Formats: sequence, structure tokens, C-alpha cells
Amino acid sequence: MFELLGIPPQVLMGQLLLGLINGSFYAVLSLGLAVIFGLLNIINFAHGALYMMGAFVAWMLLNYIGIGYWPALVLAPLIVGAFGIVLERSMLSRLYHLDHLYGLLLTFGLALIIQGLFRNYYGISGLPYQIPPALSGGQNLGFMFLPNYRAWVVVASIVVCFGTWFMIEKTRLGAYLRAATENPVLVGAFGVNVPLMIMLTYGFGVALAGFAGVLAAPIYSVNPNMGADLIIVVFAVVVIGGMGSILGAIVTGYVLGLIEGLTRVFYPEGSAVVIFVIMAIVLLIKPEGLFGRTA
Amino acid sequence: MSDASLAQATRPDTGEALLHISGLQGWYGESHVLHGIDLDVKRGEVATLLGRNGAGKTSTLLAIMGILAKRSGSVMFNGTETIAMQPRQIARMGIAICPEERGIFSSLNVEENLMLPPRIADGGLSVERIYELFPNLRERLRSQGTKLSGGEQQMLAIARILRTGARLLLLDEPTEGLAPVIVQQIGRTIRELKAHGFTIVLVEQNFRFAASVSDRHYVVEQGKVIDMIPNADMDANIDKLHTYLGV
Repeated sequence: MFELLGIPPQVLMGQLLLGLINGSFYAVLSLGLAVIFGLLNIINFAHGALYMMGAFVAWMLLNYIGIGYWPALVLAPLIVGAFGIVLERSMLSRLYHLDHLYGLLLTFGLALIIQGLFRNYYGISGLPYQIPPALSGGQNLGFMFLPNYRAWVVVASIVVCFGTWFMIEKTRLGAYLRAATENPVLVGAFGVNVPLMIMLTYGFGVALAGFAGVLAAPIYSVNPNMGADLIIVVFAVVVIGGMGSILGAIVTGYVLGLIEGLTRVFYPEGSAVVIFVIMAIVLLIKPEGLFGRTA
Repeated sequence: MSDASLAQATRPDTGEALLHISGLQGWYGESHVLHGIDLDVKRGEVATLLGRNGAGKTSTLLAIMGILAKRSGSVMFNGTETIAMQPRQIARMGIAICPEERGIFSSLNVEENLMLPPRIADGGLSVERIYELFPNLRERLRSQGTKLSGGEQQMLAIARILRTGARLLLLDEPTEGLAPVIVQQIGRTIRELKAHGFTIVLVEQNFRFAASVSDRHYVVEQGKVIDMIPNADMDANIDKLHTYLGV
């Protein structure tokens, strides 16, 4: 196999895979944020906490009632989504007529409360969650070893992102969503129940976070801070992609994951900041984001 | 016109009023814009609201639809009081609006814009019939809605409320800013819709256009209906109209 700038291909491929895995989480999480921001005008700072909740719900399902990974992949997002709907009905729905800042502050506060509660009961050391037996082991691709579970994470995230994109951009339900994002008053005046759509959209957006949490549980340790560490990067991804842009959130998520991986190979010291450097450059050159619609 | 004859004229004793509005008041926040609108529109009729800019014509349509949320008085549609209802409930009863700014969605293509308003009852036009009325739309189904010309956007805004089964259409200045040939096409369309049994409330600045499609004209000034002129009497009242509209 080839060597590039003295970097062994195993290292390069390994970091690219790692970047793709991180990118998968960036994409699914920023997609949820973009969907929520588009329709609700809420910058959902609780997204990281809800992602963490998804991982914890999967852990609880397994350890308290013996429900394994595959059912949890469906159940945990439903539970997190239902929790999100309770938040939306009881609190967020009162903020829609106010500035973005209020939604941001409320959801930031909710994130702190949710994380604090989990820290209180489960500590910060992290809980183990086993890779499901069907996905343990891996493939030797010759130039690198590909763990099955990591391949599954990439495939699952791509399927979910594509499915969401398709639903929003190509279906009748998605047309309602896009129209209500532009002009909720007129869509309501056509007889569509916009408040119900908003509630379900928030539920769906946070269910995506919950889904990402379940995917993450066997890779990262399940701990109350797992969302807080990730969410800042995900917000940078959303800003780079363009607030509210569905395709932008997905593409930017994967690409930035890969760029981060490459940086780790060629300039490891820069890997923690490269996304924020890109964000600063994008904000200077194209403030509405790479895929943002100019109004 | 004396008060008595005005009262008689605005309360037609023949035919059934599909829309009966009395004492309708409305506010934008603290700003009081409607001061007691009274008007009736019979089933199958085209009625115009004429008046100067800022007289309250658009606000009247928005209040009928419930979009102007702070409102009082009475708006009876098909015998049901709608004053306390949400816009989506009012829409479900069979009222549809074509707003002044047209409200074409830029993130939807032409076909998605056309198919957006949900069907609320039987009796709407078929999509095929709509394409016959507006052949331009059929050729541009995949275009982004806001990439259409102004006239095509207006046609799309009217077309999309014809398939829903709504019986009362509120059209807010459908001819505004359009070329004469497009205005004529919209005029023909309104007459066809009337023939098809739709009831229409039309807001217009252009009373010549209004006279070509409408059965009666309500003159709105400072948030009130101050006169009603049947279209048959339009010529006799032309000087009075000039005074009302300040043209």
C-alpha cells in the first residue's frame, strides 16, 4: 500500500473512519437542530442532553428491564421524543413569539438540569454498554481493520439522514413542513393544524438526538457529559451548514467529521479547533452558511 | 342614498346570505382598524370591497379568516358564528384566502404550492380543470414557486384554493401590479368561478375591473362600510364613487 507524506495508510484510514463516525453523529444531531430551528425558531440547546438521554434510556432498558440494543434503537428515540413533546407543550410553546435568545436560554437551562439529574444518580465515570453480538468483531479490509459496529453506525446514520431529507424535501408532509417554516399563519389559514405540526416536529427532532445517543452508547461510554462535549461542535456544524438548511446540516456534518479526522493525522494539535476555525472563516465570507438560503 | 334604502340594500331580502357580517371590529395590537363592518354576501355572488388605501379592506378579509386575531362583532358563515374560531377551523368550514402578497412558498415548487391547501370538502375543481383555467401552471410544475412571473404567481395563488372545496373565496387585490392582458385573464377566471357556483369577496382598488366581475360593491372607509352600490347602478353612481375613492 501507498504511503502519503510518511503517514502509514493504516493510520490515515483509521483516522478517516474515526472522522466518518464522528461525522455521522454530527450529521444526525445537526439535522435535528436544523429541523427544529426551521419550524420552531428555537435554538435547541437541550439537544446534547437529549442525545445523552437516548444513550441512558438504552442503558436503562437493558439493565433494568432486559430490553436489548435492537428494540432500544426504536424505543429510546420514542421515549426521548415523547419527553421532548412534554417540554414543547409545557414550556417551549410559550416562547415562539419571542426572540431566539429566550428559547436558547430556556433550552440551555433544561440541558443543565437534565445533565445535573443524571450526574446526581449515575456519577460521571461512565457506564458500559456492550456492542450487540450481531455486530461484534470486524472485517479485515487489507489496508485496515473495520469494526462491524462502526460500519453499522455510518450506514444507520446515512439511512436516517437520507430518510429525513427525503421526507422533508420530497413528500407532501414535508411540503407542509417547509411551507409552515416560511409562513405558518397562511398554512394555518388553509386549515392545517400548525401547532400540532410544530409539536411533532420538535418530538421528531429530539428523537433523532435520542437515536444518535443509542448509536453512541456502545462506542462512547454512557455518561452524563457525553452530550455537553459534543453539542458545541454540532452547533458549529449547523452554523457552517447554514441555520435551518436540511441538506447543509447533513453534508456539513459528514464533511467536517472527515476534515477533523484528516487534521488529526497531519496536524494533531489542530484537530480540536479546526471546526471552529472553519466556522470563523465561513462566518466571515458567507454569514448565512454554506447552504443557507438568503432571504 | 338614505339610511333606510342603504339598510335595505345591504340586507338583501332575496337569496340566502352565505356570509353575514355585523358590527365587526378588529385590532392590530393596540391599533383599532375595523370600526364596525356590516355586509352580506349571498351564495354564488361576487362582492367587492372598494376604498382607499388603509380603509380597512384587507383587514376585513383577514378578520373574516381569523388571521386578524383580535376581533369582535359577528361573522356568520353558512349560518354558523365564526368570531371565536381559529383560522384553521374557519378554513375547515369552507373559506379560503388568496392574500395580497400572494403567499407563494419559495421552498415549494409550483405543483407543491398548488397541492398544499388540504381538501376540506367535496366540490372543488379538479386539478385537470385548474390546468385548463391556468395553462401556464401546467408547464412549470417543477419550477420553484417564486420563480414564476407576478401574473403566474397570482394565478397559482388563486388556483390552489380552488381544489380544496372551499365555497367562499377571499381574493385580495388579485390584479395589483399586473399587465392588462393578465388582468383580463383573471377577470375571465373570476366570472367562470362565479358560474361554477363559488361565492367571492374581492378587494379591489381598480373599480373598472371590479365593475366587470362583481354583483355589488361595498365602499369601505375608516374601518366601516359607508355605502353599497349594486353593479347595475354603477354608472349612475360613478361621480359618488370618484368622491369616495378620491380618484
